[in-house]
Amino acid sequence: MGDHHHGPAKGLGRWLFTTNHKDIGTMYLWFSFAMFILGGAFAMIIRAELFQPGMQLVDPAFFNQMTTLHGLVMVFGAIMPSFVGLANWLIPMMIGAPDMALPRMNNWSFWILPPTFLLLASTLFMEGGAPAFGWTFYAPLSTTYAPPSVTFFIFSVHILGLSSIMGSINIIATVMNMRAPGMTYMKMPLFVWTWLITAFLLVAVMPVLAGAVTMMLMDIHFGTSFFSAAGGGDPVLFQHVFWFFGHPEVYIIILPAFGVVSQIIPAFSRKPLFGYDSMVYATSSIAFLSFIVWAHHMYTVGMPVAGELFFMYATMLIAVPTGVKVFNWVTTMWRGAMTFETPMLFCIGFLVLFTIGGFTGLMLSIAPADFQYHDSYFVVAHFHYVMVAGAVFSMTAAVYFWLPKWCGRMYNEAMGKTHFWISFIGFNLTFFPQHFVGLAGMPRRIPDYALQFADFNMMSSIGAFIYGASQILFLYNVIATIVAGKPVSDEKVWDGAEGLEWTVPTPAPYHTFETPPKVDPAHAHS
Amino acid sequence: MCFNAKRLSKLALGPVLMLLSAFALANPEVNQVNMAPGVTEVGKEIYDLHMIILGICVVIGIGVFGVMFYSIFYHRKSRGVTPATFHESTQVEILWTVVPFFILIGMAIPATNTLLSIYDNDDAELDVLITGYQWKWKYEYLNENGENVSFFSNLRTPQSEIYNTEAKGEHYLLEVDNPLVLPAGKKVRFLITANDVIHSWWVPHLAVKKDAVPGFINEAWTRTDQTGIYRGQCAELCGKDHGFMPIVVNVVEPAEYDDWLAGKQAEQAEIAALMAQEFTLDELMERGEAVYQRNCLACHGANGEGGVGPAIAASAVATGDLSGHLEIGINGVPGTAMQAFGGQINDVEMAAVITYQRNAFGNNMGDLVQPIDVFNHKKGQ
Repeated sequence: MGDHHHGPAKGLGRWLFTTNHKDIGTMYLWFSFAMFILGGAFAMIIRAELFQPGMQLVDPAFFNQMTTLHGLVMVFGAIMPSFVGLANWLIPMMIGAPDMALPRMNNWSFWILPPTFLLLASTLFMEGGAPAFGWTFYAPLSTTYAPPSVTFFIFSVHILGLSSIMGSINIIATVMNMRAPGMTYMKMPLFVWTWLITAFLLVAVMPVLAGAVTMMLMDIHFGTSFFSAAGGGDPVLFQHVFWFFGHPEVYIIILPAFGVVSQIIPAFSRKPLFGYDSMVYATSSIAFLSFIVWAHHMYTVGMPVAGELFFMYATMLIAVPTGVKVFNWVTTMWRGAMTFETPMLFCIGFLVLFTIGGFTGLMLSIAPADFQYHDSYFVVAHFHYVMVAGAVFSMTAAVYFWLPKWCGRMYNEAMGKTHFWISFIGFNLTFFPQHFVGLAGMPRRIPDYALQFADFNMMSSIGAFIYGASQILFLYNVIATIVAGKPVSDEKVWDGAEGLEWTVPTPAPYHTFETPPKVDPAHAHS
Repeated sequence: MCFNAKRLSKLALGPVLMLLSAFALANPEVNQVNMAPGVTEVGKEIYDLHMIILGICVVIGIGVFGVMFYSIFYHRKSRGVTPATFHESTQVEILWTVVPFFILIGMAIPATNTLLSIYDNDDAELDVLITGYQWKWKYEYLNENGENVSFFSNLRTPQSEIYNTEAKGEHYLLEVDNPLVLPAGKKVRFLITANDVIHSWWVPHLAVKKDAVPGFINEAWTRTDQTGIYRGQCAELCGKDHGFMPIVVNVVEPAEYDDWLAGKQAEQAEIAALMAQEFTLDELMERGEAVYQRNCLACHGANGEGGVGPAIAASAVATGDLSGHLEIGINGVPGTAMQAFGGQINDVEMAAVITYQRNAFGNNMGDLVQPIDVFNHKKGQ
């Protein structure tokens, strides 16, 4: 290392061989946005088919491929990598570290993603079509009755798991070893805390998912009968294994979002986060509870009543720490001096809509009522309130909030606010009516529906097109900012922003904190 | 389907109407916005639980959002406020941890009671075995004295309505050829399983939803005094035609139920008699066409042109060796979507549909299959 202050390499090699956390973060963010557009395109096909009763555009088999790929691409391609990208950019800057602890592994954990999604998308062109068994891929529909492309799907899931585990190990190693002197655990920004906990969840459950798909592979190609009743196996076992991964997975998605919101709301309220300690404890409790509630996805599968009761009580308990978080955010706003720039608008949108998603989650936890809600559009509405208005809104807020720091240019505020309002209206128009059709009896994952559900479905489709179109505005705004946004040179960018990442120059130089910063006790846990 | 004034007014009135009406008359209602209390005691309990928890959420929501919006309006920088600096309060934080906990306990008690009644499968007066197939339901009335009555229940909505060449009927996608008929006022136990993949038997008005899992027999039960037709659908993704396997339950007075059951038994006896009969090619072709449309068309196409399954027109199977054709029809092709239809349709139907496939869509084999041939093929296995 002759030149201590070397900049990025030239050309394509910069991106292929980079070990710089900012470059890798950028690649993760662009990749996840590309996947967001791809998964969104699948959603548009779904909503176009559901615009009216009757089959119009696609056949039922292709429709199932769309719902499956939409879920897989959004969860594994868009939301998870986007937060990993954010972690890459921000965690070193927030804890005063020069880079991630394991930079080469960082490069690898990103670069195995694009080929994997290429492989997954290529199943669309294979004989028998893409996987068509839903993102939850319940056996035996995903084994004995699956199209041949399922083997490629299994391979993709294995590699995605590998990427996530490497990313998580890196985050854990970075947070544990590379904090600047004085940056104790209870002084870390909440985004770092939520990611640390998320990383532990990922390391714990990704191998379980790998186990599930490996058993599928064995059943399909090597004559075992893990999930085949005819061979003495148990199809319900699949669901237990899947949801032992799947429930922590939804917190893997939402916890970093909690972290983002906990950074942005104080900044625009110009007031420290209320209840920092209880936020940390609540996040840890949620993470712990996530391991003992998995079977609430399986209330109708025929569990014994004792099991049913255990999972109901445990699930209801999640409302307590989640409530604490929501109360803390609202109290942070209380008696602040708020302004409502785009990141704050998206965070308020998050707060309102995520809370609604939390309420429906509480309703779903009541096992007897779930016998009516389960696998209906009510569930679809519920998880889109937490996944889209939760994870995606907070991610969008994060991009608007930190983009000026990243590229040294300010985005167009009017366009940002327009993006928020169109998203907010489009989102609610799409998903609020789905509560109604679900309660009225419309099952999820159907390509056609009874006439009674027609009007609400049409509304939903119109809302989805609006929400989808608003993302083009977002893309335009981001590109326009990077290319020609108004330059900002103020280190803090936002007058209420606190934390080490706001002490480096704007735009953030290629290398930051080569000598560890002094952690100012007054700026503890901003 | 487009918006018109009548629909819009219904839309606006929907929530009010639903809250007022004791139970929905049609199921589901046009633009229904809430869960139906249904026609069973358990269903009403579930509906009450749903309304209580919804109410709790609405009250908490009004509180939380109320504080938030108050804050948004009054604590904004443009009003020249100076921000406070407080960032914790142990008392408040303990309070809003403990209070929700007690609300949850209050909710858990009635929920537990209802759950226990859902699981109380004892003392049923009638047992019905429900088996999910891709993509239809089979109902079997388990009769301690005499033959079990069993039949398949298929979607009745024609392809022409689904593919928009004809106007859609009132019960579009929620109508079957053979509904499940149940006696009013009697406790009926359902034994639910599946033949291939996982399905889920859901009738909102009976408040029954239970997964049909191959290799498992799940239990559920219902009892209603209210006669009527209750409609539902498969609730677990089960492959291509998951959206096209509705459930229709017709609850009738016990006397009417007895008549219906006797009729079904007579029908089965009649089919047994038909087994011994010889049919002409025309008779077989006519029956075969109906069987084909019910069972084969979804995968093999209206004109035998294929789709999910291979083509039948000019296929090696339908224009080849007869016993090979029978073998596939009766035992299916393991590992593919082609099911073993031998247990699903009777020998007359099998004979008719094989004959039909060999002599329709331009296939011109000229051979015909009699029920006895099917019977012998099965015996010969």
